[in-house]
Amino acid sequence: MTPITVLISVDSNSILLGAREFANYMKDLIKEFNLDPIVTVLETVSLGSYNGVVIHVLPDDVYYSVKSKEQVRKIVEEHLLKGRQVWDLMVNKELIRPAEKFEVKEVRIVTRNIGVIDPRNIEEYIARDGYFALSKALQMKPDEVIEEIKKSGLRGRGGAGFPTGLKWEFTAKAKADQKYIVCNADEGEPGTFKDRLIMEGDPHTVIEGMIIAGYAVGATKGYIYIRGEYYNSVENLRKAIQDAYEYGFLGENILGSGFSFDLTVRLGAGAYICGEETALLESIEGKSGRPRLKPPYPPQVGLFGKPTVINNVETIANVPQIILNGADWYKSIGTPNSPGTKVFCLVGDVNRRGMVELPMGVTVRQVLYGFGGGVRGGRELKMVQTGGLAGTFIGLDKLDTPLDYDSMKNHGVSLGSGVILAIDDSHCVVDIALNVMEFFRHESCGKCTPCREGTRIACEILERMTKFEGTAEDLDYLRKIAEVTADTSFCGLGQSINVPLLSLIDNFREEFLEHIEKTCRANVCKAVLKKPKVQTK
Amino acid sequence: MSKVKSLVELMKIKEQAIQNIKMRESGKRGKITVAMGTCGIAAGAKDTLKAIVEYLSELKIDDIAVVQSGCMGLCEVEPTIEVSLEGQEPIVYGHVTPENAKRIIQSHILEGKIVSDLMVKRGEV
Repeated sequence: MTPITVLISVDSNSILLGAREFANYMKDLIKEFNLDPIVTVLETVSLGSYNGVVIHVLPDDVYYSVKSKEQVRKIVEEHLLKGRQVWDLMVNKELIRPAEKFEVKEVRIVTRNIGVIDPRNIEEYIARDGYFALSKALQMKPDEVIEEIKKSGLRGRGGAGFPTGLKWEFTAKAKADQKYIVCNADEGEPGTFKDRLIMEGDPHTVIEGMIIAGYAVGATKGYIYIRGEYYNSVENLRKAIQDAYEYGFLGENILGSGFSFDLTVRLGAGAYICGEETALLESIEGKSGRPRLKPPYPPQVGLFGKPTVINNVETIANVPQIILNGADWYKSIGTPNSPGTKVFCLVGDVNRRGMVELPMGVTVRQVLYGFGGGVRGGRELKMVQTGGLAGTFIGLDKLDTPLDYDSMKNHGVSLGSGVILAIDDSHCVVDIALNVMEFFRHESCGKCTPCREGTRIACEILERMTKFEGTAEDLDYLRKIAEVTADTSFCGLGQSINVPLLSLIDNFREEFLEHIEKTCRANVCKAVLKKPKVQTK
Repeated sequence: MSKVKSLVELMKIKEQAIQNIKMRESGKRGKITVAMGTCGIAAGAKDTLKAIVEYLSELKIDDIAVVQSGCMGLCEVEPTIEVSLEGQEPIVYGHVTPENAKRIIQSHILEGKIVSDLMVKRGEV
């Protein structure tokens, strides 16, 4: 225990800025100056800004952003040794924690420990009420746990929004000798990074949630299926699982309750389709990631043919807090139909990109201008995509739509995985559409014809349009392709391509027509000149 | 090999670990600033600082921050510390040996009585 604690953000982004090097250098310096009795250096994850590596000195509550070793040295020599704050390296607290200033307050349920504790130290998690929910759940009956989750109204945070309690109940009621809990951490949706930050910053929350889920439905084995590229998440999760075994939260006879649970991490190989739950199950089983026919749904026939609960990382991370504080507390946050919070990932042309957890029902405008700090470089906002790449594109008229699970039904604005992508007027609508479709074409697994061919044809049409070779028939055909692909595709991948495409065509039809007239208002698309024929003698 | 077998044991770990986390909280009742200029260190400020940290944790006082600063300009009475409690005038003490530090914590922090024989200055330095 030391009076001064220094938190350094060592997450994937910061590591690229040199965070690990800076952290080690700082630790060496602290030893060199004999400061170790009074200063502890802790590595935590994202403190919220990526202009440099963020260093948070406590209890002074001062944030620094450093870019070089010399600056690290300066902070140690001046602030830690002599107690003088280094003004030129300091960053404005509002940039890191803008939540304090705005009308909608940040509510931290899922992210409550991120950037506060050392994720690799289980005792710090315990100090923040960690594993108390587990101990509480183990004293309840399994159906009481399910009832509590049902009452809380928690819904899947991966995008589909299926009621979590119901899913658990289906699995609990299915009869089988073995059941499984799977955590879907294959976060492949472009622009989404909330799961990574949760797993890097607070891996024990995910583990605790999974054990509770296992107890509730009678499963004794759990898998975390995680993207292979998420090196730090994998590392932190593996360490956390190891510690949890050591402390007796995993393994046999957990906390003397007689309940046993085992947990392992499985790595994905980077296919977008493996985020689809049945393809994910196939992948865990060791087969190639291809979706299965539904029904039967995983709660009845899932992993290795056994009843399986599959939940997103964020969903599971909500569970311990609901058990600990009760369903009524959870329902007091958010909207009646969509209780709780949502972790939003702000990306694109905004001043402050990053992650923020807000109550459900917050409007797009509040997220964008409140926490995002508005559009970058003084340009004009053109449109916003919500819910990930398979989400809707909306124009400026829909910025005041509240974001929750009903917003798709009521306003045609999807919540999805919580991505808010701001696009300014330097971008061309047709070019964006092409970009989106190229992604789907690339990620289509090829199992079913409509998706494999539909995405290809859509790409071809859009490519023609960006070269000013498209016709009015092309536009109608594009619409039809989107509709048919969505109607006839085998799984969620192909079924969702109409959402971004049709929302683009409907909301920005004018710009598509301009391309047929051979103009592009953003000056992104250009006519490609045909090569003059080379005359041969 | 499992370390935690019951809720009671879980509570025990929490109580130990929470001390560490509480240390980081800002917005405390007050703070003790130890002057750690060259003069202070030469006069034994490091031992003083260590004693303060240990004594505070021994008494389970977690609402007082301990920070260090450069020389306060009172080199003739080093080691010096400044105790500033919220809503009160800061008090600078001189010749703070580890024993004196305990006295200051006991009487000033806990009982609210200024240790007048060690006091050097009232108010901002």
